[in-house]
Amino acid sequence: MDDNLEDLYQEIILSHNKRPRNEGILDPHDSEAEGYNPLCGDRLQVYVKLAGPTIQAVQFTGQGCAISRASASIMTEVVKGMDEHSLDAKIAEVMELLTAKEEPMIDPLELGELAALLGVRKFPARVKCATLAWHTLAAALKQSGSITTE
Amino acid sequence: MPSFDPVAIRSDFPILSREVGGKPLVYLDNSATTQKPLSVIDALSRFFSHENANIHRGVHYLSREATNAYEGAREYVKAQIRVPDTHEMIFVRGATEGMNLAAHCLASRVSEGDEIVLTIMEHHANIVPWQVLAAKTGAVLRFARLRDNGELDLDEWKSLFSARTRIAAFTQVSNVLGTVNPVVEMVAFAKEREVLTLVDGAQALPHGSVDLTEIGSDFYAFSGHKIFAPDGIGGLCAPREILDSAPPYQTGGDMIEKVTTEGTTYRKSPERFEAGTPNISGAVGLAAAFRYLEGIDRAAAAAYEESLAVHAAEELVKIPGIRIFGTAPGKAAIVSFHYSAAHPHDVGTILDTEGVAIRVGHHCAQPLMDYLGVPATARASFAFYNNESDVEAFLRAMRKVERYFG
Repeated sequence: MDDNLEDLYQEIILSHNKRPRNEGILDPHDSEAEGYNPLCGDRLQVYVKLAGPTIQAVQFTGQGCAISRASASIMTEVVKGMDEHSLDAKIAEVMELLTAKEEPMIDPLELGELAALLGVRKFPARVKCATLAWHTLAAALKQSGSITTE
Repeated sequence: MPSFDPVAIRSDFPILSREVGGKPLVYLDNSATTQKPLSVIDALSRFFSHENANIHRGVHYLSREATNAYEGAREYVKAQIRVPDTHEMIFVRGATEGMNLAAHCLASRVSEGDEIVLTIMEHHANIVPWQVLAAKTGAVLRFARLRDNGELDLDEWKSLFSARTRIAAFTQVSNVLGTVNPVVEMVAFAKEREVLTLVDGAQALPHGSVDLTEIGSDFYAFSGHKIFAPDGIGGLCAPREILDSAPPYQTGGDMIEKVTTEGTTYRKSPERFEAGTPNISGAVGLAAAFRYLEGIDRAAAAAYEESLAVHAAEELVKIPGIRIFGTAPGKAAIVSFHYSAAHPHDVGTILDTEGVAIRVGHHCAQPLMDYLGVPATARASFAFYNNESDVEAFLRAMRKVERYFG
């Protein structure tokens, strides 16, 4: 049990929780969305600034557990500079990594800090904490006229 | 003679001897639901093994026996909580359904501009049905605030009453703060003003015996699963006069007098509000739980629970960053807290790895969370079968949280 806990609350997660990157309202921003987990009452706002088709910056605000804050913080770093196509693919990949039944066959090195989120897979009740930021980012992008899938 | 032996009582609850994740179960989520004593489990098994049949409709022996078991359970439970003669007890799924049914029964007695007085410490089940009623009728909800220790500000609550107040609904014990409200005084105050009252008893019955004749409220709702009975059964006690003049809630079998192709006439309560085959075994289990409680010295059990909660709270606040919500005198054995270094969900997950089950979240009391200025709290809630080693395990697990987050 404690090995799983060590995987869940790795140094990277605890550090992002304590000192999240890119926390705060992004001003100005092109789109935003609110993510809400009705089970726990946590709320998260995600703000996106675009430069053409490219994500120039993503910031977040809100209250949440260590997992949801760390996931949001890591996300803001990972998606920066991506274009819309690679971002869609990235969001889908992360969702798959966090929720798929099968253990992911992927090189942790390739994942970078995202690998730290995989510890949540052993805690089914906490998976939604990790996916909240990513769902919210996807919602923010859908609202924006400048992001399309084609 | 009722008695209370905190050591012996643990063997009445088979689940307490199990392990979770290789650690002994430390069950401190009793405000969510309580564990079941063997006598309740046996009563269900006996019912299904010997008495099971549908009720109120068979001429056969077994149906008569099942009907007697069901109606006998009603009469026994009514006697245990001293339901006044003017009142009836409807079997419902739980306090939530009870309060929805109460709001339904009162719909025709409320009109636009009328007021319903609630408190900010209510469970969603004692808020949302009134919001729905208010939206339907144009009535207005008024929420009473609390003092810093989690006590209801009684003067402020009284000041919310106006000539338009029709209903006052309040909990007897807060599921988050543990605050015990002075319901006898509150009901009397409302009655003087001809305001109808509903008391949410869901968290009161687990911590002591309840006397509805003394409380005197119009409505009283409770859940069986919070008092050692099965889930899916509870009671709504209400005046027959209100029940029998209210329109049916659900329609179908058992609640009708006569059905023709032109129309239907309905039976009086309780059948009026128990359409279809009810939760017969649940009623049997509920009676078994009250029978179990009859053998327990409830005052001694409550004092014991309280001593555990007090000890837990005293040690908990020694961890820097812990804030406890609800410190009212005489509060029930519920310890809600917030730890500045860790979100309640992180606290709950780490405690779970030590076998310690607590509730984390908004406790279906989001207006209270907003009022307290937190998104969620962690809550350890005690029952009389908990012991000092549960408290120690909880505190040990909290120090583990501190190691990760402190």
